[in-house]
Amino acid sequence: MNTAAAQAKATLPGNGKSAGIGKRLRQQKMLWLMILPAFVCTLFFSYGPLFGLYMAFINYQPGGSFFTSFFHSEFVGLQWFRYFFTNGDFWIIMRNTLAQSLLSLLFGFPAPIILALAINEVRSGAFKKLFQTVSYLPHFISWVIAANIIITLLSSEGLVNKILMVLHLTDEPIAFFQNGHYFWWIIASSNTWKDMGFNAIMYLAAIAAINPELYEAAKVDGASRMKQMLYVTLPALKPTIVILLILAVGGVLNAGFDQQYLLQNDLVLQYSDVIDTYTYRYGLQNSMFSYASAVGLFKSIVAFVLVLTVNHIAKKVNDQSLF
Amino acid sequence: MRSRSMGDIIYTGVVYAFLIAVLFATFYPFWNVLVLSVNSASDTIKGGIYFWPRELSFTSYREILTDGEILHSVGVTVARTAIGTPLTVLVISLLAYPLSNRELMLRKPITLYFIFTMYFSGGLIPYYMVLKNLQLIDSFWVFILPGLMNVFYMILIRTYIEGLPGELVESAKIDGANDLHIYFRIILPLTLPVLATIALFTAIGHWNAWFDSYVFTYNPDLKTLQAVLVKILNQYQTGSMVSDAQKMADSAKRLAVSSDTIRMAATMVATLPIVLVYPFLQRYFVKGMTLGAVKS
Repeated sequence: MNTAAAQAKATLPGNGKSAGIGKRLRQQKMLWLMILPAFVCTLFFSYGPLFGLYMAFINYQPGGSFFTSFFHSEFVGLQWFRYFFTNGDFWIIMRNTLAQSLLSLLFGFPAPIILALAINEVRSGAFKKLFQTVSYLPHFISWVIAANIIITLLSSEGLVNKILMVLHLTDEPIAFFQNGHYFWWIIASSNTWKDMGFNAIMYLAAIAAINPELYEAAKVDGASRMKQMLYVTLPALKPTIVILLILAVGGVLNAGFDQQYLLQNDLVLQYSDVIDTYTYRYGLQNSMFSYASAVGLFKSIVAFVLVLTVNHIAKKVNDQSLF
Repeated sequence: MRSRSMGDIIYTGVVYAFLIAVLFATFYPFWNVLVLSVNSASDTIKGGIYFWPRELSFTSYREILTDGEILHSVGVTVARTAIGTPLTVLVISLLAYPLSNRELMLRKPITLYFIFTMYFSGGLIPYYMVLKNLQLIDSFWVFILPGLMNVFYMILIRTYIEGLPGELVESAKIDGANDLHIYFRIILPLTLPVLATIALFTAIGHWNAWFDSYVFTYNPDLKTLQAVLVKILNQYQTGSMVSDAQKMADSAKRLAVSSDTIRMAATMVATLPIVLVYPFLQRYFVKGMTLGAVKS
């Protein structure tokens, strides 16, 4: 009687630790089976490449089977890294990556905050919904479609040139894609256009959580709608803003691939090329597998350190604020 | 309280002006593409089409719908979306349930095993080598298998499961149901809202994917719609380098369809399903995103 009760107790959640390891294993056989597919996928497609990073330290010569080339290639240590830092490309690539990231951040970070604040001022539910729904759309289309649209808008016949000419800001159409100086701005505004509405979701959720009594109190004090926005809504968003900004800074090396690859051409390459497009071009188009692996590894390591640092800071800030 | 000050009226005016500007900037580019796609090609070359078609013509759509390459690519895209989406949702949610169980042995290290991949990746070239060694290059399965797992979505589902009332699972366990049974009979139906969110994101991801088809397949029969669209875009960009002379020639020949209107029509075809689908699931993804944001 007692043992039966003890057994029943052992299988109840919360008491599992009292059961033996072998028994728990047997009990959890199904759970392990459920983990298996995801485990195998991750092993192949996420950890497989990590082992493949060895390529960055050898002089991999394609031809023959992969493993014979892999293990019989000459070990060159840090030669590819040295080559990357000294051949002059490094500075151009880093400049382009950071410039495009930071410009995108400059436009793209405040935009969703302003949009969320504006949508919040709309009193009619239907309009609110309309503004939100339409503003999400660009997020859901591929960069292929976006690039097609952007190139059309910025073409010599496009609306942007038309407006510039009507306003007499330019006398003849600007060839946006034939001069590298425009490229960073094109990327920054494209990124902003594409993700502004979607990124506003976070802020709208934070706004929805604000206690309505705060607005009532502000109204009693005679605060105008603008003052309510400035002194009630905006301060309430501060924690969200700080956290998202910190996290965004952690991603500066991820300037993107799709947008640059799809919008660039040979004329603007000096300004468009970022780490990921560079890796692609050298690795898969020019078959310099080892060199491109080294560049990719460099990016992965720096990005990893950045993200860990930034997460650490975000956690600290998080604990301090009322988040 | 009802009286509105001058300041409020101006403020509201500025807010609406801003919102309408955003609405225009977001919506107009799509409208422009639509208008260009239904205007006759020979007329489009003359330029000046911004808000309304001048010579209505559906030739470019007819051209696309009879074009073997584009039609086939739509088939490939539909196939990968239809096969990939349910498989991905299944694999991810199968993982989320055990990881939500606090009794699972080695729960921490297993979770870390998955989380780590969010922060560190091997990069494109080693990834390509893995695909090559798994014989996935130039195979349909390169669209499906690498995308079966997504850690971020897994966390969304796990958080959702952790928020469910625990009694349901416990009472089923006392009744002797095994975990697989509990998963299919209890967890799966209860997590439907979050699974719908993730299915939407995954399906849109499949529909929009171009890089895997463009780079990892050579067989023209494996090109997705987006990959064909990249090809058309590339042709257009190289074309625009010699543009004016070419345009004159085109215009002289009075082509029924120019590559440009085809490009616009193909862009529309690729956009349409997304426009039709995304507003309906908005409720779910807003919920899902907020859930993820609060947790992470």
